[in-house]
Amino acid sequence: MSYIANTDLQRRQMLATCGVKSIGDLFADIPESLRPRSFRLPQGRSELETFAYFEKLANQNYSHLTCFVGGGFYDHFIPAAVDALVSRSEFYTAYTPYQPELSQGMLQAIYEYQTGICRLTGLDVSNASLYDGGTALYEACQMAVSATGRRKVIMDGGVNPIYRKMLYSYTANLSIEFVETPVVHGQSDRNRVFEALDGRTAAVLLQNPNFFGVIDDHSDIVKKAHELGIIAIQSVYPVALSLLKTPGEQGFDIATGEGQSLGIPLSFGGPYLGFIAAKKALVRKMPGRIVARTVDTAGRSGFVLSLQAREQHIRREKATSNICTNEALCALRAHLYLSLLGREGLKSVAQLCFDKAHYAKERIKTIPGVKVMESSPTFNEFTVKLPIDAGECVGRMVELGFAAGFPLGRYYPGMENYLLVAVTEKRTKYEIGQLAEALEAVTCR
Amino acid sequence: MQIIFEKSVPERHGVSLPCSDVPARHTVAEKYRRKTDAALCELSELDVVRHFTALSRRNYGVDTNFYPLGSCTMKYNPKITEKIAGLTGFSALHPLLPQLRRGGMLTQGALAVLYELEQLLCEILGMDAFTVHPLAGAHGELTGMMLIAAYHRDKGNRKTEILIPDEAHGTNPSSAAIAGFSVRSVPTDPDTGVLDTNTLEAMIGEQTAGIMMTNPNTLGLFNPQIARIAELAHRYDAQLYYDGANLNAILGKFRPGDADFDIVHVNLHKTFATPHGGGGPGAGPVGVRKHLEPFLPVSRITKRTDNTYALNYDFPKSIGYIAPFYGNFAVCLKAYAYILMLGGKGLIEASENAVLNANYVMHSLKNDYHIPYLKTCMHECVVSAKNQMKHGIHAIDIAKALIDRGFHPPTVYFPLIIKETMMIEPTETESKETLDAFIIAMKEIAAAAKETPDALHAAPQTTPVGRLDETKAAKDMDVNFTG
Repeated sequence: MSYIANTDLQRRQMLATCGVKSIGDLFADIPESLRPRSFRLPQGRSELETFAYFEKLANQNYSHLTCFVGGGFYDHFIPAAVDALVSRSEFYTAYTPYQPELSQGMLQAIYEYQTGICRLTGLDVSNASLYDGGTALYEACQMAVSATGRRKVIMDGGVNPIYRKMLYSYTANLSIEFVETPVVHGQSDRNRVFEALDGRTAAVLLQNPNFFGVIDDHSDIVKKAHELGIIAIQSVYPVALSLLKTPGEQGFDIATGEGQSLGIPLSFGGPYLGFIAAKKALVRKMPGRIVARTVDTAGRSGFVLSLQAREQHIRREKATSNICTNEALCALRAHLYLSLLGREGLKSVAQLCFDKAHYAKERIKTIPGVKVMESSPTFNEFTVKLPIDAGECVGRMVELGFAAGFPLGRYYPGMENYLLVAVTEKRTKYEIGQLAEALEAVTCR
Repeated sequence: MQIIFEKSVPERHGVSLPCSDVPARHTVAEKYRRKTDAALCELSELDVVRHFTALSRRNYGVDTNFYPLGSCTMKYNPKITEKIAGLTGFSALHPLLPQLRRGGMLTQGALAVLYELEQLLCEILGMDAFTVHPLAGAHGELTGMMLIAAYHRDKGNRKTEILIPDEAHGTNPSSAAIAGFSVRSVPTDPDTGVLDTNTLEAMIGEQTAGIMMTNPNTLGLFNPQIARIAELAHRYDAQLYYDGANLNAILGKFRPGDADFDIVHVNLHKTFATPHGGGGPGAGPVGVRKHLEPFLPVSRITKRTDNTYALNYDFPKSIGYIAPFYGNFAVCLKAYAYILMLGGKGLIEASENAVLNANYVMHSLKNDYHIPYLKTCMHECVVSAKNQMKHGIHAIDIAKALIDRGFHPPTVYFPLIIKETMMIEPTETESKETLDAFIIAMKEIAAAAKETPDALHAAPQTTPVGRLDETKAAKDMDVNFTG
């Protein structure tokens, strides 16, 4: 398969224009001694053969399991119109809108996306997207370190453990000190957090709902943080924000999160969408692209990439972040999703998730020997204590057609018998009943 | 065009959801609830479809017409790869499945894609090991810098500085700084347009942790001194980093591994034809030579003797997690499909035609525009508006005039070391007819610069908006619709 249009005759005409005899002459700058020692690659194949090969590979994946796995990444319904509109090639075959006159569509869409994120989080400014929820949290940390000139960060144990691992990787060479505070009864341990906050602290990182699905009101922590000049950062689940107290209402300075739940397929881990929103005072510390509305020479309203003096292509080693290519098309998906669901629709999704998860809790706690952790309120994900190893249980549940949940022992030593169960609007009462029956069979066997 | 929120009609509904089939016995307690609804749109599905269709018509992609944006490799993106990424077996696959006990068996098809892609990239770049985790080119650079830091820390080296040519992409110095290094800029030799080894020799020392090179560089020129540069770097145990932004020039012609580069990143969305998505997503896999392999991020994929694939986290020297899972999987999938379709021969032809197209454009424009380095270029050429400046016409005016002639402009004002630069990267998928139409437009504009410069200052005229007031944008900071 080749996508080259030019014919041999055209190539000969072009070579003549260039004043060379052969294509090989164009590569004369590459010394012979540096020519490839090998280039053993398979022979090309046709589109038909290629598709057949990938169909076979796709069929080897267990995407058909009834999914109760979450952990920050959820099996939500995606309206058909999202896929249809995001497939307009004027969007997906474009690149960063460096030429605004040719890119008003994408620029306006991003401006609208930024507005949607601000409305969800209750904050003033959003950027055009980051890679994922983990890198967004890391960028927020960097904003806080830069804004405060301090290098200590308090991190709650309820923050997604994957993100916590990412933060340690990114800062390994940066002399930033992390203090992790524990979770008690599912929520942030106030005593330990308050103890850790001090005048050397740049930021406090919290998550709502946290990794255990527990919801909280962190206003008290934010208040205390602000008394000490600390930047308060909350990682959030955007679907839940249609019901839950916003980061803005709790006083947070920065909100970040994973936007996958907003119309982006699970796709084995990416591409996803990192979002970040902040109070206006922090806008010049923000990473990445930001779209602003302005006017053209004739006074017509239009959109441009703005505040570029923060960015790598202008500021080089002094930039707020090194990000260039972002996740614009995923942001477009999120904006489409939010527009289609709308004010009531997103609330309905959240309420369905909440109701079904609570039904699942009630159903599961009737299983002998199984305990649902109920000391704190949850959204659509909750922890179950099993009489057997959770990893073993999940393995057996696969044979019965379920991805039954995520075994917490993988990231929380000592929690080997605990399972994290997520329920989205896609799960039916029947499937929840089947899950409970299968769990009973597996745990009582 | 109205903002979507201005079109909102109270109580209008879009997508319908199923009625709840479970009892609603619980509610979120008042203290945890938001006080007022998020003011999202209230629109019908058709309202939304019309809005986004109208937006799409105010946008320009590779499918619209020629998009010679230098350094971005805006080649044609085959449609079949979108269809492949849409297969439910891939698109509905939860990334935590392989982390369940014995879960690797649940995702063999997906793990095969990533493993096989890593193997192909090793062969294409001449490296020993690859990770597909980095989520974009700049993210690959950052990963590379973290690998360099980990390597030197492990050896007990105290090295603090990264050397970067002044023509490099802004992401290079930025990535190095963010990883905790200090950055020193190495001047380009104005006579040759490439890094001068004597200058480098004067700057390198025990403090040098690494050197970042783009080859061919951002002027589209291949540095033939690369073996000497590698030798210099390794004399001080500095790690030589290859920025793969310009890989589309050299497939099957040059492999960084053969020239002793220690680390490379590749931009799958450029060289391997995955759509740029209006700004992203991309993917920036990183390849290393053997001595750096222990430091690669986890997880890594291994192939067992029974030809099954497994995730492996047991690398004690690893820099850890740089992404939540296994990279931008769907992007990697499309790139893998593209490589399989083209095969070795197809990849070589891609580079050959990309280089031919760039040289053809450059030679066709040499009588009309100043060409700072009029010698064979690689996959892109740099042209300057220096000759047009005496008529008061700048690169930006030429860019805007191209828009009125139906083309996306080249990259302008980069690299920073050339005045009034236009960096033209045609890519291999463009036909001679398209290139000729572009050349004619460029010649017309060069003529207009002399005869009717005011008309060029007024461009573009054919777009929904004209030139926009960026100063006002930065001053007003209207980044969130509050009307």
